[in-house]
Amino acid sequence: MSINSQSVIDQKMRNAHDALFRTLADPTRRAIFERLCRQGEQTVGALTARSGVSQPAVSKHLGVLKQAGLVRDRHEGRQTHYSAQLRALAPLIDWTRQMAGFWQSRFDHLEDLLKRMDQ
Amino acid sequence: MKESPETLSVVVEREIPYPPEKIWRALTQPHLIQEWLMQNDFKPVVDHRFNFRADWGAVDCQVLAVEPNKTLSYTWAAYDLKSVVTWTLTPTGSGTHLRMEQSGFRPDQRQAYQGAKGGWQRFFANLEQVLRRTD
Repeated sequence: MSINSQSVIDQKMRNAHDALFRTLADPTRRAIFERLCRQGEQTVGALTARSGVSQPAVSKHLGVLKQAGLVRDRHEGRQTHYSAQLRALAPLIDWTRQMAGFWQSRFDHLEDLLKRMDQ
Repeated sequence: MKESPETLSVVVEREIPYPPEKIWRALTQPHLIQEWLMQNDFKPVVDHRFNFRADWGAVDCQVLAVEPNKTLSYTWAAYDLKSVVTWTLTPTGSGTHLRMEQSGFRPDQRQAYQGAKGGWQRFFANLEQVLRRTD
């Protein structure tokens, strides 16, 4: 892989992380997302009942979550049902895997260096 | 190597056939760090702010703890994720047990995520449960 395509991938990864973190940094929004993860699909009304904030505020949070790909909406009659999209969290889940690979290779370089260093 | 999803930490451990003093030099002298990690302006001084630089970008760091030949710890901020890297050197009969732990998501140390204080850890613990169920 060329250095250029690697840096394009890094940039994409960075953008994905930034968007996810900005979206989930708000505690109310994160609580709404968690409830959708745990309890499955919910209407705005059901989410509002237990969120402690107004329905317009819940709708606004859902809009931001949808923008980040974290929730999907489904219209049925006059109701809108929201569900969590766990796949959108992949960049965060991948983080430990990426970092583990990074450090393993750095340990290899470190051992090479130690072999070369004088006592 | 193991991964702990609750805190998203990464641990890499190796038995290295050299004494801690020699490994410590490689971990703390900028010209040596550069050979195996990245270009840097590191100093083994608590609170010192420094960068690691590579062609893909930079990592912002600050030294948290220095105990010569034993432990070294610094913050590591890249991709908008704040984490802490801690090196532990333990002498063994034949060399050193070298352990690196990078623990992610320390919102208490990042201004932008102050509002999320304490929340991330629980969030990832919950998330892990959800993911386990969907497997």
